[in-house]
Amino acid sequence: MNQTTTSPVPAKLGATSRSNAWLIEPAVIFCGFALFVCYVTWRALYDWQYIEWGPYLSPFFSPKLIFPGWQWSPAILLLWEPAAFRATCYYFRKAYYRALFLDPPACAVGHLGGHKYTGENRFPLILQNVHRYFLYLALTVLALLWVDAFVACSYRGHIRIGVGTVVLTVNCLLLSFYTCGCHALRHLVGGRLKCFSCSTAAHGQFKIWQCVTRLNERHALWAWTSLGTVAFADFYVRMLAAGVWTDISLLQL
Amino acid sequence: MREAILKVFRGTPVEAGKFITYKVPVEEGMVVLDAIHYIQGYLDPELSVRWNCKAAKCGSCSAEVNGDPSLMCKTRMDQFAEGEEITIEPIKTFPLIKDLVTDVSFNYEVNKQIPPFCPADDATWIFKQEDIDRVQEFRKCIECFLCQDVCHVLRDHERKDAFWGPRFFVRSAGVEMHPLDCGNRIPLLEEQGGLGFCNITKCCTEVCPEEIHITDNAIIALKERVVDEYHDPLAALLRRVFKGK
Amino acid sequence: MANYEIHEYDVLVVGAGGAGLRAAIEASAQGVSVALVCKSLLGKAHTVMAEGGIAAALSNVDQQDNWETHFCDTISGGKHLNNWRMAQLHAQESPERVRELERWGAVFDRTSDGQILQRAFGGHKWKRLCHVGDRTGLEMIRTLQDRGVHQGISVYMECTITRLLKDGEKIAGAFGYFRQDGRYVVFKAKAVVLATGGAGRSYPVTSNSWEYTGDGHALAYEAGADLIDMEFVQFHPTGMVWPPGVRGLLVTEGVRGEGGLLRNNAGERFMFRYLPESTRKDYAENEEESKRWVDAVLKGAKTEARRPPELSTRDNVARAIYLEVKEGKGTPHGGVFLDISYLNSERVKKKLPSMYQQFKDLADVDITKQPMEVGPTMHYMMGGVRVDADTAATRVPGLFAAGEVSGGMHGANRLGGNSLSDLIVFGRRAGAGAAEYAAGQEDRLQVSEDQINAAAEELEAPLTKKGGSSPYELQRSLQEIMGEHVGIFREDAVLAAGIAKLEEIKEELKTVSISGSKLYNPGWHLCRDLKNMIICSEAIARSALARTESRGAHSRLDYPDTDPEQAKFNIAISRLDGVMKLEKTPRPEMPADLKKLFEKKEQTNA
Repeated sequence: MNQTTTSPVPAKLGATSRSNAWLIEPAVIFCGFALFVCYVTWRALYDWQYIEWGPYLSPFFSPKLIFPGWQWSPAILLLWEPAAFRATCYYFRKAYYRALFLDPPACAVGHLGGHKYTGENRFPLILQNVHRYFLYLALTVLALLWVDAFVACSYRGHIRIGVGTVVLTVNCLLLSFYTCGCHALRHLVGGRLKCFSCSTAAHGQFKIWQCVTRLNERHALWAWTSLGTVAFADFYVRMLAAGVWTDISLLQL
Repeated sequence: MREAILKVFRGTPVEAGKFITYKVPVEEGMVVLDAIHYIQGYLDPELSVRWNCKAAKCGSCSAEVNGDPSLMCKTRMDQFAEGEEITIEPIKTFPLIKDLVTDVSFNYEVNKQIPPFCPADDATWIFKQEDIDRVQEFRKCIECFLCQDVCHVLRDHERKDAFWGPRFFVRSAGVEMHPLDCGNRIPLLEEQGGLGFCNITKCCTEVCPEEIHITDNAIIALKERVVDEYHDPLAALLRRVFKGK
Repeated sequence: MANYEIHEYDVLVVGAGGAGLRAAIEASAQGVSVALVCKSLLGKAHTVMAEGGIAAALSNVDQQDNWETHFCDTISGGKHLNNWRMAQLHAQESPERVRELERWGAVFDRTSDGQILQRAFGGHKWKRLCHVGDRTGLEMIRTLQDRGVHQGISVYMECTITRLLKDGEKIAGAFGYFRQDGRYVVFKAKAVVLATGGAGRSYPVTSNSWEYTGDGHALAYEAGADLIDMEFVQFHPTGMVWPPGVRGLLVTEGVRGEGGLLRNNAGERFMFRYLPESTRKDYAENEEESKRWVDAVLKGAKTEARRPPELSTRDNVARAIYLEVKEGKGTPHGGVFLDISYLNSERVKKKLPSMYQQFKDLADVDITKQPMEVGPTMHYMMGGVRVDADTAATRVPGLFAAGEVSGGMHGANRLGGNSLSDLIVFGRRAGAGAAEYAAGQEDRLQVSEDQINAAAEELEAPLTKKGGSSPYELQRSLQEIMGEHVGIFREDAVLAAGIAKLEEIKEELKTVSISGSKLYNPGWHLCRDLKNMIICSEAIARSALARTESRGAHSRLDYPDTDPEQAKFNIAISRLDGVMKLEKTPRPEMPADLKKLFEKKEQTNA
């Protein structure tokens, strides 16, 4: 039999028979990325004089690095790590391959490319495979952010919980949900095992794997909410530092 | 009685395809496959379609309904607006045979390449439910090949030469994660299966009628195993140290 | 002269469900060359629809279980009409066959101590069904499929066999066509194993897929084999009744095995009223005892309580539902209520995932919150080709049969879960039998061109005619006749009228015509399938008329009682000068040691 295909839909960018609103999802994600990147660039490169207020340190500038002679934004030294962690994250990869690279823009929607496609087999995309190393760094950064949240509980020698404390803590919590639901972490803590019940140690790993799995099921949710809270936490501290907002104290001992 | 308008793709590899419009009376609870059967039974006995169980258990009636890869037996007619034209096309990734039937033999060829389950000789065959929950999810697959259809590596980039497709990563994961299996299919998956071509855009998971978490539970889990063996210097070092003991 | 391609093998297996795959695997393991032919794609066979489990006395859950009890349950369920030797082999070998599946990669649900979990099912005294949620058949077919693929079996997909070819009295191969492009094919083979399943498509309400057109029954009948017990057609008590598009779709007996309750529109657990005296003592006496049994299932604990009456045999439950509905106690859509919603919803989703999905997607019913509406649906043919129990050989040399297409194993009524085990036990035996037979044949057999040409001409006929009946129209008429005249309850005059109508349909089939080419033309395929359906339907109707008693799945309104005298024979159908011939053939006597098992059973019950 002749094997030529008369495919009903020619393969070109955006070509599809889908009649539903498939464009909305990539468009919204594109806008989300754009908004966040613009804000971070502005804060990190042009607006970096406002980094802390009282006990609160903006998560963009934590830990506070001060080097003699360094006259640029400290964010440059810090932000590459979360950026790399998120850029190699399995969820975000899906999001930007679709919304930015349009490969594919949506399911069953045509796109450019053709047979030369190499996926994540060649440089630079093969580097996605080092995600777990960025995870190790991200866990360290997360620990430091928790220290910041702890520090934010006292002010001038007194225990003081302000709105800022809540903001920083919620941010840490969501970042923890995101980081601890990481696919690479899920593999490392137990997913790599074939058998969960074959030894006591394996069973222990299984329990941890189950916790990570539960967070992992909502990985996209934690990815976006934590992106939102980290930006908001920074914005909140910035507004306090700039003297535009005042921090309300919720509890003082 | 309400009528539905179906635009059904008709064609063969040699003659150009066209859409033919049929009007079909709609009963309560009707699915797209019922409408296709109505066309066969009353309007056009030649209309070609594959189907078997009509209960989403065999995965035969895969098609693209209004552009969405779906099982016709699971796609309800009442989700479409009154008077809406419903387009029905064959799955696009595989060569057309006739009308809604395509040549899916690629999948059977790939399946042969996956080394079978190989238990240890001294296996006791005692293992817990917690060991097999993962594997059982993968084994729910009904081989409708909708994931193969929607995967852009096969669909748009046409890399059937170097890429097995989501179905066979799920199948591989099913044996690879069996608690008693002692094989290692990771090098094969990386070097012949083309796991690295997958850019985890998750369309396979979106279309899976069995709701298997293809990407999160099978593909990414396998990709991480590939990282262990190919891309993680620390893991390689640890392996060497422990092997040395 | 017809154009065709030729393939040569030692053994040809027709049908790639559980039995066909298992037969092919076994034959290939014996070192002969094997071809496997199936009407659909590989892995789509009707076995995937089997849900509840495989019956095998592993005694993992109920330690009291053993093959003897399984044997007795099977014979009692079959109303003593079973071939005792088949029932014995089945009960003895199924545990090993299940373990074998596990060794080949099947992943069954586990008990808390890591063994294969077993659940209760209708007519089984102990919890005996090894299962994978409610998709056991899929697990089995996938396991066998992957095993077969790596064993080097040649698979011919979407190929329909329309005639068995013979050299003298011996089988010499088969003729068929490829659905894809209508090209003809001749398989030369020393032995042929039929594993084609049943004939449900002749009924209007059925759980069967389009493939179930009685091909194997008709092929064997035409080749000179005899069909027995054709009057016994199993109506599964619980098929979906609403919406119309899914009417007949199977609702697994596993629902009742997990504690599902049947109620009429007054909320009554009517099954308590329908237990036959002979088995009443095996079932719970009241709702309280039934509840204790369910509670024990939930906890995975042992109990003295007896199982709920919902777990009576299928013939009995189907009749009960039919009568309740007829008496006006049915649901709005003509079924009864099957309720599992009183259990914890997570458990329901875990144990019956595909039922949950099926009702949610197709009927907008959440079975964890609402009851299901169910009614009887044509499900299984107990009758089929008569075979030798040990080798699955038919009386035609070189022809073997296994699975639903064979008869005798299940007698007058099949127990749930016994068919999956039947497939692998007798699939294996048929494969071994065929391989041994083929190895014993020295020369290639000769097939005359006449046979091939006749088969090809038969296929061409509807394409060359114009203006005849539509095959779809004819199928609808056939279904109507079978539903109306040869349904759950039968009666002399109604059956006779049905047979007369079938004769008319037979004539009409000669005029059937179809337009278009041979390229994947389903209408053309149906023309040939119809012939098989009509042969089966006629065999069912004629056998039903000849059995003047009620037994198992065969219920006669004019002969409501079971007649012990009629347990002594099977009704056998064969072809004589082109006409269907009926014969009452004596049943083989059960040996004394097996008979004793029933006496023992009586004593323990007393």
